[in-house]
Amino acid sequence: MSNSSQHPARAKRVKLSGRDFAFQVFIYVVAALMILAIIYPLWFIIIASFSNPSDVANGRVWLWPEHLDLKGYQALFKQTIIWRSYGNTILYTALGTLFGLAVNIPAGYALSRQDLVGRKWINALYVIPMFISGGLVPIYLTVKGVGLLNSFWVMIIPFAVSPYNIIVARTFFQSSIPDSLWEAAQLDGASTFKYFFKIVLPLSKAVMAVLGLWTAVGIWNQWFNALIYLQNENLQPLQLILRRILITNQQVAGNTTGQLAAELQQLSDMMKYASIVISTLPIMCVYPFLQKYFNQGVMLGSVKG
Amino acid sequence: MNVQEAPLPEAAAARRKRQRRRDLKKSLPLYVLLLPSAVLLLVFAYIPMYGLVMAFQNYSPALGVFHSPWVGFQNFMQFFRSYQFPITLKNTLVISVYSLLVNTPLPVALAILTNQMRRVGFKKVFQVISYLPHFISTMVMCGMILIFLSPQSGMIANLFHLFGAKLPDIMSDAGAFAHVYVWTDVWQNLGWNSIIYIAALSAIDPTYYEAATMDGATAWQKIRAIDIPMIMPTVMIILIMSVGNLLNVGFEKVLLLQNPLNLQGSEIISTYVYKIGLQNFQYSLSTAIGLFNTVINVILLLGVNWISKKTTDTSLF
Repeated sequence: MSNSSQHPARAKRVKLSGRDFAFQVFIYVVAALMILAIIYPLWFIIIASFSNPSDVANGRVWLWPEHLDLKGYQALFKQTIIWRSYGNTILYTALGTLFGLAVNIPAGYALSRQDLVGRKWINALYVIPMFISGGLVPIYLTVKGVGLLNSFWVMIIPFAVSPYNIIVARTFFQSSIPDSLWEAAQLDGASTFKYFFKIVLPLSKAVMAVLGLWTAVGIWNQWFNALIYLQNENLQPLQLILRRILITNQQVAGNTTGQLAAELQQLSDMMKYASIVISTLPIMCVYPFLQKYFNQGVMLGSVKG
Repeated sequence: MNVQEAPLPEAAAARRKRQRRRDLKKSLPLYVLLLPSAVLLLVFAYIPMYGLVMAFQNYSPALGVFHSPWVGFQNFMQFFRSYQFPITLKNTLVISVYSLLVNTPLPVALAILTNQMRRVGFKKVFQVISYLPHFISTMVMCGMILIFLSPQSGMIANLFHLFGAKLPDIMSDAGAFAHVYVWTDVWQNLGWNSIIYIAALSAIDPTYYEAATMDGATAWQKIRAIDIPMIMPTVMIILIMSVGNLLNVGFEKVLLLQNPLNLQGSEIISTYVYKIGLQNFQYSLSTAIGLFNTVINVILLLGVNWISKKTTDTSLF
């Protein structure tokens, strides 16, 4: 340690030896480079989406939008399918999250109770599916068998149970809600249901927020289930429609008589930028405010079950 | 019930039975709370698990699982003998092991780095930004990769152009696929994956650091002697879980980034299962390949868990 720590007045600020100071500088340089590496691509998407297509294609867009242009957004918003799928996604996310919580939270609570008869076996039944799955085809045939193929509910019901979320909820109830509370409630003549709904749930907002957020993000980003179970375009979620624009390059633009191939290519690129912005911006704006719940979630999840 | 309270065996048995009935009755509302999830699990997890028998059948939709003819291990043999077997197995292993080797140490390093930041405000902002890409959906992420790497008009091509170089068509290069997959994953999830280690680091008793400072340890020495040993158990747990999922490489991302030109380096077992099963409708073959994948995963999980238990005393079960 340097001598400076012997001067009480300066100790607080200058406590670093030469080597430790160099280390601090190194840390901030690395951190600054990482911030740049994360932010710039995202920033580029935004400015490109507002720029003139040929400026973007020819590399004249670097820090600010060039020749403000909304062609990408115009082409995108002309597609009614974008709006419809956006609505579908919001509906799936809202209903799916509610349904997921309604199914997983009570299960987590029941499994947390030591006096549940057969607890060990029931626990095992919930954990096994985390490691062994029937696989793609058997699951597909089952979903088809119960008549959920091409149904709105296929995005909400079949995959609502999450053993992992149940374990996180169980761990929360075990560690954060004291057994004495249940004993006291019993003395007051409360039933299990009354205790669960009136006392446990109001005390469990943290775990509900965390699991709700995980579920919501999962459903918002879901596309593969829609790809295999929903052929009906009107039911497809936004992410699956994005696939046409971003990945398979199907011309959603349509009605392009008289346009040059190069222009078409540029327009399709602009639609890509615009579609990334409209699908991702809402989450990016909300996320910093919800970050603390996600952090809590990682902590909750890290408690060994 | 206490043992010494049971002079008459019949009376004790009767009491136990009564007690048991009381316990069961008390558990009844708990079963009701379990019911919805249990029913869904039964239908959408356990019934498909029974469907795994298709792997040993020559399944025909007309006959169903109960009446299709049994063929033993024929489907497995068909997969092992096919020219796709070595390709998909190799790609799966290359991508997943590569990913494991990169994604295990880097988040630990980032967590240690973050933990060393003395300016609280900067640290907060840095964390918010480094977690940000995690919230981009797989679909949008793959879209971004394709746009940025586009050899004609992508941002990176333009950057190359600025220096008079020409960007090769990376997405058409089978050999580059694993690199693209792994390093874009680092971009997206490095910050997020470090959260758990940051939490583990913040739980370390500060008196260790004070004692080390007294002894004149440098920041680097403290990291080596305190930070790293203290988060090793967390690292091991995460490692075991990742190895247990080794063959479940990000299926969605690989599928979206695949194209006919890079297939030699991008066809993995799970994407092959999808194509054989739901595009070619060879149900039994697809199920057999999927089952092979699951079995390897379970063996790997148990193996790593065992090794870790023996060597570091850390284990999942």
